Amino acid sequence: MFSKLLGIYILFFRMGAVTFGGGYAMLPVLRREIVQSRQWMDEETIMDFYALSQGLPGIIAVNVSVFIGYRRHKVPGAAAAALGMVSPCIIIISVIAFLLAGFQDNIYVQYALAGISVCVAALILDAVISMWKKGVKDIFGIILCLVMLILSTFTKISPILLVIACALLGVAAKRMKRDAGTRGDAA
Amino acid sequence: MIYLQLFWEFLKIGLFAVGGGMATLPFLQRLSESSGWFPQSLITDMIAISESTPGPIGINMATYVGCNVAGVLGGITATLGTILPSIVIVTTVSRYLEKFRGSKIVDSAFYGLRPAVTGLIAAAGISVVQVSMFHMDIYQETGMILDIFDFKKLAFFVIAFAAIKKLKLHPIVYIACAAVIGVLLKF
Repeated sequence: MFSKLLGIYILFFRMGAVTFGGGYAMLPVLRREIVQSRQWMDEETIMDFYALSQGLPGIIAVNVSVFIGYRRHKVPGAAAAALGMVSPCIIIISVIAFLLAGFQDNIYVQYALAGISVCVAALILDAVISMWKKGVKDIFGIILCLVMLILSTFTKISPILLVIACALLGVAAKRMKRDAGTRGDAA
Repeated sequence: MIYLQLFWEFLKIGLFAVGGGMATLPFLQRLSESSGWFPQSLITDMIAISESTPGPIGINMATYVGCNVAGVLGGITATLGTILPSIVIVTTVSRYLEKFRGSKIVDSAFYGLRPAVTGLIAAAGISVVQVSMFHMDIYQETGMILDIFDFKKLAFFVIAFAAIKKLKLHPIVYIACAAVIGVLLKF
């Protein structure tokens, strides 16, 4: 049990150490480590965790980590994942706060970060394409996806409201489909 | 007891900040005013540092403020305060999720949530693309349409995306290469 928890901690530590830019930037690494290499869960499950994390209080990357950790080993797994995710931050930020004043103004750091952000954009694009293939299956999905894209780019509506609205729309759409189906059977 | 106060203040931030790292900003501004622990100017430094280091931005900010207020132990306390609500809330949600897994209503909620989260992540990707590869600020100064585009970075984006699609390497490899290329080409 302890070694499994340590394994979860180390995995999330590693992912926390290479994620530049928070929740969504973590997605490509998660897909690689959790879905492809370890096959702990499928891509749809990760998407579900992201959707829920977006609608719950807290930092998205931490929420997703807790979901995955819990699915592996209940509450201890959740705690191990969350602590692993934040440990690199604590170490790196402490070092910068006390030893490397002006780190963020260094020109080479800025060049490196500019390169990384372009790369992260490409990685996110790759992840979005794969999510689109897995999660957007019909015209309802296409419309919902585009509407969310537009609303979240151009308005400041709280993501909580968007997520709740989409869950309700999902329930309503399935019910309408079912009703239409039963009517079709009767006729 | 400064540690208890830090823990409590960041617990509140973890509980009420919804929608990712930048959502913690207004809370930190208020904390700066009400507690006098750190000046407003620290917040700008903190954003720059959080964005220049790996890890979720919200966590980096908590660690940085905690470190500045009460040393490394302060950083740890603030971070633990921020993630505790996530652990409690997300494990609770997970428990219900497992109980109702396969139920019609949960399934149909995810029928709406999956396309929605695809749209939300696409929006996050677009904002990264916009910030990293387009210079609206230069365009506003010069009025030259061509100044909007950073061709060096756009070319790198296309190459990076092609490499991700073709090679299927671990995302860390691309991120590390991107950092080196950023420095070499002076992004």
